[in-house]
Amino acid sequence: MNILVKRSGNEEAQTYTPDVDNTTLLAALNHIKTKIDPTLTYAHGCRSGVCGSCAVRVNGREVLMCEYKVQEGDLVEPIRNARVIRDLIVDSSDIERFNRTAKAWSEGSKEERVSEEEASRIETQSDCILCTSCYSACPVYAINPDFIGPFALTRVWRYVNDARETQSTEKIAAVQTNGIWDCTLCGECVPVCPQNIAPKQDITMLRMKSAMMGYQDPNAAMAFGGGLDFGGGSF
Amino acid sequence: MARILIIGGGGAGLVSALSAQKSGAEVMVVSKTVPTRSQTSMAQGGMNAVLGGEDTIARHIEETLRSGAGLGEEERIAFLCENAPDAVRWCNLLGLPFSCDAEGEIARRRLGGASAPRACHAQDYTGLKLLHTLYDQCLKAGIAFRNERFLLNLIVDHEENRVVGATFLDIASGEVEEIRADAVILATGGYGAIYGKHSTNAVGSSGDGLAAAVRAGAKLADMEFIQFHPTALKNSSILISESARGAGGYLVDEQGDRFTDELAPRDVVARAIHDEISKSGGVYLDIRHLGEEFINHELPQERKLARIYEGVDPVNDLIPIKPSAHYSMGGIEVNEACMSSVKGLFAVGECANHKTHGANRLGGNSLLELVVFGRHCGAKAAEYGAKNPASSSSNPQLAKDTNFVRGVMYFTNQIDFYQKQEMLANIFYNNVGLVRDDMGLKAVLGAIRQMQKELPFMGPRDKSKVCNTNLVEFIEFGNKIELAEIIVVSAISRVESRGAHYRVDAPVRNDRMFGAHTVTWKEEGVLCADFME
Repeated sequence: MNILVKRSGNEEAQTYTPDVDNTTLLAALNHIKTKIDPTLTYAHGCRSGVCGSCAVRVNGREVLMCEYKVQEGDLVEPIRNARVIRDLIVDSSDIERFNRTAKAWSEGSKEERVSEEEASRIETQSDCILCTSCYSACPVYAINPDFIGPFALTRVWRYVNDARETQSTEKIAAVQTNGIWDCTLCGECVPVCPQNIAPKQDITMLRMKSAMMGYQDPNAAMAFGGGLDFGGGSF
Repeated sequence: MARILIIGGGGAGLVSALSAQKSGAEVMVVSKTVPTRSQTSMAQGGMNAVLGGEDTIARHIEETLRSGAGLGEEERIAFLCENAPDAVRWCNLLGLPFSCDAEGEIARRRLGGASAPRACHAQDYTGLKLLHTLYDQCLKAGIAFRNERFLLNLIVDHEENRVVGATFLDIASGEVEEIRADAVILATGGYGAIYGKHSTNAVGSSGDGLAAAVRAGAKLADMEFIQFHPTALKNSSILISESARGAGGYLVDEQGDRFTDELAPRDVVARAIHDEISKSGGVYLDIRHLGEEFINHELPQERKLARIYEGVDPVNDLIPIKPSAHYSMGGIEVNEACMSSVKGLFAVGECANHKTHGANRLGGNSLLELVVFGRHCGAKAAEYGAKNPASSSSNPQLAKDTNFVRGVMYFTNQIDFYQKQEMLANIFYNNVGLVRDDMGLKAVLGAIRQMQKELPFMGPRDKSKVCNTNLVEFIEFGNKIELAEIIVVSAISRVESRGAHYRVDAPVRNDRMFGAHTVTWKEEGVLCADFME
């Protein structure tokens, strides 16, 4: 089988021909590394789709190497929007940066009973494995490298929507700049999520919550040109 | 302010970090990966705690003790089980999204060896959700992280038998660096990856912390006890959680007939499966009768994994399984304060031996252990560091390790270490697995000693300084070899059967001669072993 891998320092993809069939991309790369080319560099961990280490792009689409069945002629590239360190390994520091900026954590939780229904409404969002596939698929980074982005915003919604959470005002405030309003709702992040999370929907929910709390879409104000101040203000 | 260095960013490391910081210490967590990518993410079943109802803490203690087959220590087990309800409440307050039952209580399921539903869970993603919740709390607390640093050695003041820091390879840059601290907590996980493709563990579970600890003069205990999980997928050794059996799943033979009690402790079930596979060729997990709706809601991960890695849909098909190496009961010997035999060196979680699991761990007790002992260890390390600040006097370790990383590039590479690593995994699974005997163990010991001699003729073939994973994997292999010798020597010494250690040539438990811990350490590079109370 022929697999093409985009490697650092090389414009052209390198072709490998491992002797494998009907297997995951990760198993194929492990075969290449241990038997053909030990310099091929990639990240992996659990082999079972839960540690989030092995996201790459295959033929332009984000996948986890351990879950994707490799096909003849596949082109494998590192994920986008992050600095490539070597071959398929990218700088992962944005995980910490965006989660910190978004204050994606519980500020305080009350110890009351929650209903089955309340517990289940954050089930999907808390399945996130931080593989950053959504971040790779997001076109906003081309314009704004400081965009808090899909995984961190989903995480904020996961805490804001948690029935036990006592304090969500700071989190909502934290995602106003470079956050929910910068998203174009294009939905590119949705189909690439290996855990079936829809960050676009979560961002929409955060917008509604923000509006209820008195925040405004800065782009909506700008859409009117911002020139006419009928509210008085300073002429 | 005490400086606490925590090595390992899994559950045990992150709980210790929160606890040490709360105790007033300045904390740094150094991890060989991004913390959320740690082995803890793979734990599925749950976290044991008695939260009222008919269940009692006394039963939790008794069942943990019984499963440990004489090597669990009652006092530490009582500490674990008595603190369990508070540990679960603490996780709940941090925001861990536990599943809830119809009454709005934290949902519990029954796991093997337990007389009641006791494992608090978040679907079958308990470890993942615990780990991520902890990570979020560490970010909130402003804890400093240094990711993608590979532990090389502990820095020890040998005059004082005192740890003062550690050296690391910064994987991305290829530079060797040292980090000094007043106390060091090892939270580096187990050594199941020695079994390679016959292990449920992540590839990084190479026991780096244990190997560094033994090189630093620390003692290890009960290294021969490695738990085999009864139900890993046959071809990939990917874990199918015990919760599948807890929910009523059956184990069946080639004819579709049940042959064992599915909810006996893991060592018993795993051996029954091993015997059945030897006899009839195959064993399957059958959860078809649980129904699609239940499987989708309670066991979504199992369904996905079985489809991808075995090509079967558990809703309609039997799942082919085999027992695989899953959990290291053995670890760094620690006292009640989680401190090892080297002063200032603490250990917690799977890399430590807290004497709670004994010869066989109960499902649901490992996540519990990392929370209960993580909180304890963080506080104790902070206290120790505050009372005993380390001197910053010069130490040759950094220079030695810098030279090693430079020198290893000149190893001759006549022998392929990946091939040797695969061989080690296979002989370990066959001879140091579920069923052992003296001859088989000694053959493996011979092979390991040969590999130790051959290490200079192996080495990384990749010569890159930047992000050299071939180099990292070679050092991991070195650590595996170091521990493999200790495991096999321990297994040879223990001429009896107990818990996960089963000797066909000595099938009976012998408390008079072996009712004690196998303690191992190195003196001037020579491996020593003894049985100690």
